Amino acid sequence: MKNLWRVLPFSFILLFLAGCGKQNLSALDPQGPVADMQYSLINLSLLIMIFVIVVVAAIYIFVLVRFREKPGDNHIPKQVEGNKNLEIIWTVIPVLLLLILAVPNVMDTFTLADTEPEEDSIVVNVTGHQFWWEFEYPDLEISAGQDMYIPTDTKVIINLEASDVIHSFWVPALAGKQDNVPGIVNDMWFLAEEEGVYQGKCTELCGEGHWLMDFKVVAVDRDTFDTWAENMAEPSSELVEPTSAVATEGREVYEQNCLACHAVGGEGGNPQGGPDLTNFGERTVIAGYLDYNDENLEDWIRQPEELKPGNVMPAFDHDDINDDEMAALIEYLNTLKVLDDE
Amino acid sequence: MNNVHKGVNNVSNAKAQKSVLWDWLTTVDHKKIGILYLVAGGFFFALGGLEAVLMRIQLMFPEASFVPAQTFNELLTMHGTTMIFLAAMPLLFGFMNFIVPLQIGARDVAFPFLNSLGFWLFAFGGILLNLSWFFGGAPDAGWTAYVPLSSSEYAGTGIDYYVLGLQISGAGTLIAGINFLVTVINMRAPGMSMMRMPLFTWSSFVASALILFAFPALTIGLLLLMLERLFGGNFFVVELGGNVVIWQHLFWIFGHPEVYILILPAFGIFSEILATFSKKRLFGYSAMVFATLIIGFLGFMVWAHHMFTVGMGPVANAIFAVATMAIAVPTGIKIFNWLFTLWGGRIQFTTANLFALGFIPSFVMGGVTGIMLATSAANYQFHDTYFVVAHFHYVIIGGVVLGLFGGAFYWWPKMFGYKLNEPLGKWFFWLFLFGFHLTFFVQHFVGLMGMPRRVASFLPGQGLDSLNFVSSLGAFLMSIAFILFLVNVVVSVKNKAEADPWDGRTLEWAIPTPVPEYNFAQTPLVRELDPLWYEKQHGNGKLKAAEPLDDIHMPNGSILPVVMSIGLFVASFGLIYHTHVITILGLAITFGAMFVRSIKEDHGYHIHKEDIKKDEEVG
Repeated sequence: MKNLWRVLPFSFILLFLAGCGKQNLSALDPQGPVADMQYSLINLSLLIMIFVIVVVAAIYIFVLVRFREKPGDNHIPKQVEGNKNLEIIWTVIPVLLLLILAVPNVMDTFTLADTEPEEDSIVVNVTGHQFWWEFEYPDLEISAGQDMYIPTDTKVIINLEASDVIHSFWVPALAGKQDNVPGIVNDMWFLAEEEGVYQGKCTELCGEGHWLMDFKVVAVDRDTFDTWAENMAEPSSELVEPTSAVATEGREVYEQNCLACHAVGGEGGNPQGGPDLTNFGERTVIAGYLDYNDENLEDWIRQPEELKPGNVMPAFDHDDINDDEMAALIEYLNTLKVLDDE
Repeated sequence: MNNVHKGVNNVSNAKAQKSVLWDWLTTVDHKKIGILYLVAGGFFFALGGLEAVLMRIQLMFPEASFVPAQTFNELLTMHGTTMIFLAAMPLLFGFMNFIVPLQIGARDVAFPFLNSLGFWLFAFGGILLNLSWFFGGAPDAGWTAYVPLSSSEYAGTGIDYYVLGLQISGAGTLIAGINFLVTVINMRAPGMSMMRMPLFTWSSFVASALILFAFPALTIGLLLLMLERLFGGNFFVVELGGNVVIWQHLFWIFGHPEVYILILPAFGIFSEILATFSKKRLFGYSAMVFATLIIGFLGFMVWAHHMFTVGMGPVANAIFAVATMAIAVPTGIKIFNWLFTLWGGRIQFTTANLFALGFIPSFVMGGVTGIMLATSAANYQFHDTYFVVAHFHYVIIGGVVLGLFGGAFYWWPKMFGYKLNEPLGKWFFWLFLFGFHLTFFVQHFVGLMGMPRRVASFLPGQGLDSLNFVSSLGAFLMSIAFILFLVNVVVSVKNKAEADPWDGRTLEWAIPTPVPEYNFAQTPLVRELDPLWYEKQHGNGKLKAAEPLDDIHMPNGSILPVVMSIGLFVASFGLIYHTHVITILGLAITFGAMFVRSIKEDHGYHIHKEDIKKDEEVG
């Protein structure tokens, strides 16, 4: 954004994007310094490459027009061996062009690898599972599934882990990706300048449900984040206690069927199970991609395999949870919120 | 083709009784093996193309349910594996087999029996791999088969087919590569110094050297994965001290040079075509040769640029980034040398040349995105998205596939004795080129707008719909174009070709069409680069002979390569289904055939000079 000439090449595509509403998905619309740095580098390289293409195209078109065989022309062209000076020129110029690109690239590569914490930075351990994401905040002793809350204007340091196969953590509008590799902890950092919901995806083929392994990064102001973190760590009774009789009944259904895999308020769940549900009611999507509504929620509980093939959640049919129990369970899940309703 | 058989018939009546099928199964003639490679490779190319079209139909609309996610993963894995191992490389081998010995003035490759073995190993490996579709599911972990997704804990028998199929066909490739190396070093005609070799021979030579060094890495990787899957080896099991990144390194130490194994021979084809159809010698021949060597060398140094996001750290990432960028320099030299080959020439727009000319801008576009990908810090955005898909299809289709089609139109008359129809060929070219750019240009943007690669579908309302739709339309155009090519192959059969239809420059155009089975009645004496052109300009248009006309010694055909390959094929089924009896039976067949080959005396036979004289008069 700093230099006009750097952003020119892609601005035309941004015009198209403008019509599609703000998705906070595209790497062409960076929303933080890391993605910004990468966007600038993309544009710098694109500029050099367009220059190369233009030079080649110019010679190419000239040659094809000028030296095409004309009807009746049978002359034997001069058999030229080569030309040292020309060949030196087209060796040296590419070397110079590459240096222009290589120097900022090396500098940026090191800047992006600088995951030293700053004074108010937060650390998030991101674990990839088939096919969902777990976000653990080691300093705050909280854990969340699917939605990663971060404060704005804060350096977020990400430690990447994997529980099964290789995944890759990508939030295009905030930063490029790094892989979650079993047995290895990788790190990266990013920073969101504005509040908003940023879409994230898994980019390493990880099995049947790979294409649906989406998540959200929710950037909120620092105060909201602190409230969120506090309530996630110790959900006050008024936040996680059921507020109605139906919801109380729903919690029983939850405890009988879901508790073994899914934790709420730090209780229940297991490391190889499903996402933490403490703030489930605040999600905008179910399973990473379905619109959040009661109907989809029931669909998901009834037949998760249909909606995200290959995931490990068992299906709950009417023998397991009857319609009344399902309604209660959904009511309960809807009440799971740690931030006050706006 | 009939004349080829006639040579055999004249000398040995016993051979005349054998059926055509038997003849092709037992042949050790490099020209027939070349055609076998083309036919088998062409079949797999169509198969891989079908897989691609099925995927593009699925991706035409968001959340489509044309194929289930699991099938989609199988399609993408088999498409990549098939196109690289079973289509592009064998098709190039087809041309290398047929043309390289002719270009260096040789009567055959150095090891005709091994040449046949190399083909049959590839063929049976390919068949094995594709049988997985019918028995228990095709491999589904991507053509790179990263562990742990491909290890026994997460993947079914499909990956066993992948491991064994590639192991067998990889052995065939390694054998073929060694054969070409020895052939080019030892079998050149008198006067054909290294610096007089045509660029196609040079690039085939360098590609063969890459095969020699790269394929063992694949072999070891596949072996480790096989041990892990079939016998519980722990190389990749983290809990037991294994490391999953080992696989990625081994795979890419093979996989990156593989890209150059494909593109260098294609570069060679373009060099031949552009020189022939601009009526000029190649501009900067020696620079072209050295650029080829440097690209081959650097190709080995940069494998880790496929792993920028795997967590190697900034030092390794920076080094591999800069090393990768360096490859742009010799590649640029080649591009400019081609442009200046055209400069001052008399450019003829034959179909073959259209492919070569279409290659230049297409490949430059693929090359520059390669440099963008090499920019490690920006690569964190590109990696594993459709930007990468767009890039490598630009270089592989814009380079290798255009090269294959160009080569087909260029050498078809020499190989099959008839010329492909030019107007049909031009329709094919324009449709294909347009379809190709339509398919893949938009994918650069799809990737940067947030679409990962290898996704079975995408969600609506993310701005990805229309570009994916356009991309699928392009894929359909390419398919229609390819069908036009097949039509061309059939309808052109009657366009009998003369020996030198393009006013060629190199030795393969100096011999009759169809090529006699002994190639050169007398080994030619090479006096210059582009020897045939030199004799056309400075002599009587005929090559000088380096030897008197004499009897020619020929190797006998053999069925043993087929038997050996079938043995390994059978043994693989035993391994996949843990049936040791079958494994042992299969291995017994292979080793038995090897034993027979070792003890059986086989001195070949001679074609007598009287018959050759008769042949030459007719030809």
